[in-house]
Amino acid sequence: MAAEMRQPIESGCPDGFQYMHPVMLRNYGQWKYHEHPRPGVLLHVAHSGDKIWTVKAGTTRILDVFALRKLTEIGDKLGDGFVRFTIRSNIEYMVADEAKVEPMIAALEEAGFIVGGTANSVSTLSHTQGWLHCDIPGTDASGVVKAMMDELIDDFRNCDMPNRVHITTSCCQINCGGQGDIAINVQHTKPPKINHDLVGNACERPSVVARCPVAAIRPAMVNGKPSLEVDERKCICCGACYPPCPPMQINDHEFTQLAVWVGGNHSNARGKPTFQKLVAAGVPNNPPRWPEATAIVKRILQCYKESAKDWERINDWIERIGWPRFFEMTNLPFTKYHVDNWRGSRSSLNASTHIRF
Amino acid sequence: MASKHYPTPMLDVLEEGPWPSFISGFKRLRDEHPDERIRSTVNGLLGQLEHSYETRMGYWKGGTVSVFGYGGGIIPRFSEVGDAFPESKEFHTIRVQPPAGNFYTTDMLNQLADSWEKWGSGLVTFHGQTGNIMFIGTTTEGTQHFFDDINEYGWDLGGAGPCVRTGMCCVGAARCEQSCTSEQVVMRHLMNNFTDDVHRPALPYKFKFKVSGCPNDCVNAIERADFAVIGTWRDDMKVDQAEVKNFVEAKGRQYVIDNVISRCPTNAIALNDDDTITVDNHNCVRCMHCLNVMNKALHVGDDKGVTILIGGKRTLKIGDLMGTVVVPFMKLEDDDDYEKIVEMAEEIIDFWAENGLEHERCGEMIERIGLVNFLEGIGIDVDPHMLNNPRQSSYVRTDGWDEEAENWFARKREEKASA
Ligand code: SF4
Repeated sequence: MAAEMRQPIESGCPDGFQYMHPVMLRNYGQWKYHEHPRPGVLLHVAHSGDKIWTVKAGTTRILDVFALRKLTEIGDKLGDGFVRFTIRSNIEYMVADEAKVEPMIAALEEAGFIVGGTANSVSTLSHTQGWLHCDIPGTDASGVVKAMMDELIDDFRNCDMPNRVHITTSCCQINCGGQGDIAINVQHTKPPKINHDLVGNACERPSVVARCPVAAIRPAMVNGKPSLEVDERKCICCGACYPPCPPMQINDHEFTQLAVWVGGNHSNARGKPTFQKLVAAGVPNNPPRWPEATAIVKRILQCYKESAKDWERINDWIERIGWPRFFEMTNLPFTKYHVDNWRGSRSSLNASTHIRF
Repeated sequence: MASKHYPTPMLDVLEEGPWPSFISGFKRLRDEHPDERIRSTVNGLLGQLEHSYETRMGYWKGGTVSVFGYGGGIIPRFSEVGDAFPESKEFHTIRVQPPAGNFYTTDMLNQLADSWEKWGSGLVTFHGQTGNIMFIGTTTEGTQHFFDDINEYGWDLGGAGPCVRTGMCCVGAARCEQSCTSEQVVMRHLMNNFTDDVHRPALPYKFKFKVSGCPNDCVNAIERADFAVIGTWRDDMKVDQAEVKNFVEAKGRQYVIDNVISRCPTNAIALNDDDTITVDNHNCVRCMHCLNVMNKALHVGDDKGVTILIGGKRTLKIGDLMGTVVVPFMKLEDDDDYEKIVEMAEEIIDFWAENGLEHERCGEMIERIGLVNFLEGIGIDVDPHMLNNPRQSSYVRTDGWDEEAENWFARKREEKASA
């Protein structure tokens, strides 16, 4: 049997240069500056004087082959046949001739794609797999993103925020999903429900015990079978035990909720990179359009747009105006759950008289 | 059976609204694709997804699927409600490494689409959060066929499980004036040295390489990579004073003061009376802000290289961690330099493979054993660039002080001699 199988060619990560636009190849490492002629379009100018235009568009992210072929057809007919994808899954077409830009924008919009996402836009939400394909999802991902982008589409198109805004979603509490200026993540509110009949066979019990961040799990005999027990007073409902032990079901149609976090910033510009901070929990996980979560995100964005200075990312803005003002402006409740008690949390407490009035 | 469509009242709502709808895309496949296999698979998928929306629960479980010769690269998915939706009861994702920098020709995308239509569901994402092309939805058998197909024309699987994961780099030198290194080349040197560790998961947990060409860190390397390579420079930034004057004239002095001068985290820029600027390059921390605002006037220097930070990761298990500076600066120009960075990566992965606990990320191990033990393990000297500030707790034994102090001065003498 094995003899008939084909041996893999372990070629690893393919060389990107073979798929690169000739103008980019020619001017590799020799770019001088860029301009933003209009939302969704970038112009890069090389020291040689060569120019390359980039047209950027948002898609469904999960592409069906019809949509993919539509995108390639536009690139063939109206562009130069060279594209790339950004880390937020927007497609970028590179063309060497300015005259190609407008027809390409028209064709993309005509086909239902959204041109924008450059500079100070709210770019496409990055997301995980969700109900569509994840094995531990507390919510859907593509659906949340579609519902939110329907409402944030003008901010994607117009690029007129104080600085760029990256929004991420995550369908579990612990693992995938990135840091974002705003993040909408699953937040479980009840300990796992354990199917004791299955634990013994399905789970490697010591590794499940080791997985819990607060040591709330211990081996136990339940109904005469080897199983696991959770100290529910200790349990922080993170769901870390669920992936290695599916009979410890953490997802619940009611108690799995969403939380909103703000101020994650990957860039070193101005301050050092920052992690996102919790601002709202108890947000219902409400398909198909998650209106409660979307309303909070929109409110935060509106306050940011009105009150932030040019070039302030959300974390910069809040650092300037202070958290009390943030909660006041956004009309979000401040609760005891906002006070961190995890390791390193003392550095989040105000040990000064720096107080804004 | 074939013609029966599962009802999707909740998903139908996601066809409304101005943003392109993935549900409409699924339905195109279900209704219009010439291949009955795809039509019916996607019908099953829609049925199961609707069921998830109605019950607010997920219904996929993992398993073990790989391709011949590899131990990973596939995300196996078997349906827990396969009896109700048998058409998509096996629905694995194939993770494929994208080209460095995520470049494609339209021809290549079409070719990939052809192969995927032959063996898969017709659904694909460029790219998943780690950076893989995600070919979403095929059977165990389809997995092997599809891989055999695309592997013949240059594509290989990415990582899944406790292994070196698919890497990521920004567009970089290909189209960015702020690029300080050859991002794609760095990434391929690193990634392709570890193909065995990508394909045969045997590490404590995942290990990610990410490369950003400048401190704007567009691929979130510091926050998300175990091994983050960030381009930077150590000579003076370049100032085109004529362009500075143009900028001041166009925007006004107040704008320049508010948005450039006063935003510099170390007060390293001054606006002069004649509308030129002076940069205190020794105190510039290469944050990129002023270069972002005045990208025609200010440019990165010539003496470029990279900073390496180790140990970034997301929440599980001990909480989010940023990477920590382990190499403040190194040149990455010739083969020797590339060899050096690859060797360092090997050293780090080996040390972590030996000392990391099961399911412990590299950064968590460093947190557990302390940075000094980690550095000693990989043979790198301590350096003040690695810290925000020195220790503030007096609970420390310092009986080796004299020797360590002598080491420091010896290192400084050596550096001076070799400079
Ligand atoms: S949900 Fe989290 S805290 Fe609770 S038992 Fe599981 S791993 Fe521990």
